[in-house]
Amino acid sequence: MLFQFGNVLVFIALAVGFVFINLFIGQLIRPSVPSTMKGTSYECGEEPVGSAWLNFNIRFYIIALLFIIFDVEIAFMFPIGVVFKQWVAEGRGMIALAEILVFALILLFGLAYVWIKGDLEWVKKLGNQGK
Amino acid sequence: MELLITLLKVLIIPMLVINLIPLLIWMERKVSAYIQDRRGPNRAAILGVRLGGLIHNIADVIKLFTKEDIVPAGANKFYFILAPAILMFVSFVAVAVIPFADTITLNDGNIFSFQLADLNVGLLYILAISSLSVYSILLAGWSSNNKYAFLGGLRASSQMISYEITMGLAVVAILMLAGSASLNDIVRDQGPLPWHWNIFRQPLAFFLFLAASYAETNRTPFDLPEGESEIVAGYHVEYSSMKFALFFMGEYAAMVIASAVTASLFLGGWQVPFFSTEALRVLAPDFLPPVAFAALVQATVFLAKILFFCFLFVWVRWTLPRFRYDQLMRFGWQFMLPLALFNILVTGVWLLIVP
Repeated sequence: MLFQFGNVLVFIALAVGFVFINLFIGQLIRPSVPSTMKGTSYECGEEPVGSAWLNFNIRFYIIALLFIIFDVEIAFMFPIGVVFKQWVAEGRGMIALAEILVFALILLFGLAYVWIKGDLEWVKKLGNQGK
Repeated sequence: MELLITLLKVLIIPMLVINLIPLLIWMERKVSAYIQDRRGPNRAAILGVRLGGLIHNIADVIKLFTKEDIVPAGANKFYFILAPAILMFVSFVAVAVIPFADTITLNDGNIFSFQLADLNVGLLYILAISSLSVYSILLAGWSSNNKYAFLGGLRASSQMISYEITMGLAVVAILMLAGSASLNDIVRDQGPLPWHWNIFRQPLAFFLFLAASYAETNRTPFDLPEGESEIVAGYHVEYSSMKFALFFMGEYAAMVIASAVTASLFLGGWQVPFFSTEALRVLAPDFLPPVAFAALVQATVFLAKILFFCFLFVWVRWTLPRFRYDQLMRFGWQFMLPLALFNILVTGVWLLIVP
């Protein structure tokens, strides 16, 4: 198995090489005539006003938080999924299923909470306007 | 000897995928043209040979290599260059664990496999590597210092992480059926009979996985990050020349990988319908060694399955309209995620009751 991971490592090195060789060859043969107008950012012909590094909607942040929680759930579910059949064969299937259920339920409560709070609605209702 | 084989595989397997990219681009142009009742690209020619528009890809390569590369003045240079490199790298590396044919036991007892590395965590490897592409898109959107790119990057990253969860959970059900995370084991477990393939054993997981992989590759109906009619091209609006080409190739390579993974997980991978590996070896003609014949047929069938899913990508793009952003989020979190969890539960109970 270690040899297999070694293969992957060689492959990764090759991929990095491939990407940068592509960029480098392009560097050699393409023209380079910079000018101020070319350097401005593209906004469909309008003069750009200010930088684009602005504050962004907090929704994206909440989605990222939710993602991390559920991604950990997936990471923990993979091992159970792999040994599940084996456990069933050994007669411990109920235990495995119960473990999956308990684990999923805890996270489902979290999802239900976020759902009821309205954080999954992209257009969130504020204050008394909501339910 | 083993080292030589590895070296050959390292060189040949990525070539297969890289050669599928222009084919897919050509397919996209031609199929979209015929769907819209046009002819599609047919002008570029080398010495009068047009190959039905395939030459256009060569013209594209020459053009992209020789165009001037413009980096906007306000951009963060380092991340601006890093972003397309990450996307191409990710799509390139994910192919390492995809099996192209059944393994062969050599005379000296060694096992020769038609994949770069038969990792026992193959599926996890693919999910882990492909989720790295979020970095590329986020970095591209942020480092361009362009408002369209920024919006596109935010949308894309938020969409990709949302659908990644569904993708991962859909795969858990497959893992439970196969009892292994190695792609080769999953393919072998499905057997040569089409109605034993996971598409029929796990139809719900199939649709969830397919929809999630469309969202992951930012394709219609989930192409909001690019949305050419609202935010021009999203995160890669400032990219030109070879950096744009890397984005372009990376996206299409991601589609090829997604097709290959879908084919392996749900459509029996290298399994030839109705013919097991042993049956194929018996049927081999005289001029070919039986193992080579079986591997060749299996690899061909697998490529056909990949091409079918590639075609599906294009077909869906020219059939379905784009979602609205709140619909996209609701669909991902409030419909697909509970459904994926439900599918795992049903699979678990089913495995428990039907031994």
